[in-house]
Amino acid sequence: MITFDGVTKRYPDGTVAVDDLSLEAPTGEITVLVGPSGCGKTTSLRMINRMIDPSAGRILLDGVDVTTVDPPTLRRGIGYVIQQAGLFPHRKIVDNVATVPYLLGWDRKKAQARAMELLERVGLDPGLAGRYPFQLSGGQQQRVGVARALAADPPVLLMDEPFSAVDPIVRASLQDELLRLQSELNKTIVFVTHDIDEAVKLGDRVAVLRVGGRLAQLAAPAELLAEPADDFVREFLGRDRGIRRLSFVPADGLRLRTDLTVPVSAEVSSVRGTAEAWLAVVDSGGRPLGWVAPKDLPDSGGTLAEVPAAPYGTFVRGRDSLRAALDATLLSPSGNALAVDGSGRVEGVVTREALDEALARIAEDARG
Amino acid sequence: MNFLIDFFGNPANWSGPDGIPLRFAEHLEFTGLSLLIATLIAVPLGLWIGHTGRGALVVVLSANAARALPTLGLLVLIVLLMGVGSTAPVLVPLIALAVPPILVNTYEGIRGVDPDLRDAAYGMGLRGGQVLGRVLVPVALPLILLGLRTAAIQVVATATVAAYVGLGGLGRYIIDGLATLRYELTVGGAVLVGLLALAVQGLFALIQRVCVSPGVSRRRKVR
Repeated sequence: MITFDGVTKRYPDGTVAVDDLSLEAPTGEITVLVGPSGCGKTTSLRMINRMIDPSAGRILLDGVDVTTVDPPTLRRGIGYVIQQAGLFPHRKIVDNVATVPYLLGWDRKKAQARAMELLERVGLDPGLAGRYPFQLSGGQQQRVGVARALAADPPVLLMDEPFSAVDPIVRASLQDELLRLQSELNKTIVFVTHDIDEAVKLGDRVAVLRVGGRLAQLAAPAELLAEPADDFVREFLGRDRGIRRLSFVPADGLRLRTDLTVPVSAEVSSVRGTAEAWLAVVDSGGRPLGWVAPKDLPDSGGTLAEVPAAPYGTFVRGRDSLRAALDATLLSPSGNALAVDGSGRVEGVVTREALDEALARIAEDARG
Repeated sequence: MNFLIDFFGNPANWSGPDGIPLRFAEHLEFTGLSLLIATLIAVPLGLWIGHTGRGALVVVLSANAARALPTLGLLVLIVLLMGVGSTAPVLVPLIALAVPPILVNTYEGIRGVDPDLRDAAYGMGLRGGQVLGRVLVPVALPLILLGLRTAAIQVVATATVAAYVGLGGLGRYIIDGLATLRYELTVGGAVLVGLLALAVQGLFALIQRVCVSPGVSRRRKVR
């Protein structure tokens, strides 16, 4: 656990970068520091590994005041990832990753074997090990930066806007990769970003800082979106706060109807008389094919395979959020969403009424 | 062309105290010694100033002094002060000539390393000396070598002034040739100096190839 205890950083010219910051970054969780530029988030991060020392207050790492530890020794036990990756251009990728093991005096072979293992772990082709940094793309370099930080298996990882210099698609995949890694490694991570969406996506807890280095709010992402502490946080969270909050509500609680599906082998004539406005057509394996409106079906023989079906949207029950379910209802003219299991088989139908009930419950919660 | 044939074709020019091998050796001695001493002064100083950021004024002053310094004048002054008889008088102005390019390039090389890289190195837990030796120097090496090469070529060319104060080296041919109207000596001496400068250039290209990481010189293909 990392504890900030009344930490202040004041520069000789009088500028206050961090003002009486107290917060905890719990062990095994991702704590995100987010805020506009000038809010002291990077300064706060860099005080943890003593790249900067505080003017007042203490930072404790598992109860030990970091200023009592010799900086290089302290830093070798803390992974550090920065925006531009900061790889050593004159060293091969494998040696870049093995930097800290070498410093710790590991046997060269052992350090390189560990580096190879980590390259795979962060999703890189081990064939890149013999390349130099300039031969890699920005996204690949950033992965190497993460591998390097993890090389000596430090319990704590500090990440300073690590993904903000890569394009949005690569950024999203790096974020997913980080969450996957974290589910395996359970590091204590402090992550700095100016991007609130990234903060909400990655953080177990999000600390919003305001200009002048004061803590505006510290909360779990769902709570942050639901109950911003003040106008500053509300404004910083931006638009669509309500919709984005749905990402944190599981779709499991939705009422399912199981009587609205028909097999594709059914006769058109037998379906045409049904009272329901829409029915979901499924194949013999239970996978969705589309929606049909019984009253619009042609007065002809044959099975449902011969009539066109309208588009559909699905969400995975047990994994997806309410936001995904809402999205699925908007993808179909039926206004209904199909709940599927992990292998894509239809478990039931979420009607617009069922969704409305769920949304009403959330709105009720928001009343406090 | 005739001058060259006269000079290089004359067997008398290839032996004895006036012979090409001996003059060449003397020239190499002045050049090599003064470069060695200049390197021992300027490289550590440049590394230290570049790494700590302290004393950058020294670099600026040195760079300006280099432009203003008359090598020949300094040489005559030293001879007047110390007398002839040793090689020391010629070394002093040559060292003074060589120090600024080495110092300025070493300093600029270290100072010019990407701050993110320096930050990452400290953040990984490297100590100050390790940051300098394992990261900054390898990355700044092309510029450091450029400084050494510039200095070497200047010194090779300028070491000819040793002849003005009665010392040896390839400058002997140039001065003596002018004094005795034997222009084949002057031309031959100048050509030898030129060849030596080219050899120095080649030597540094080789050092660059061997010592600078392909990751810094980007000699490898991008993917």
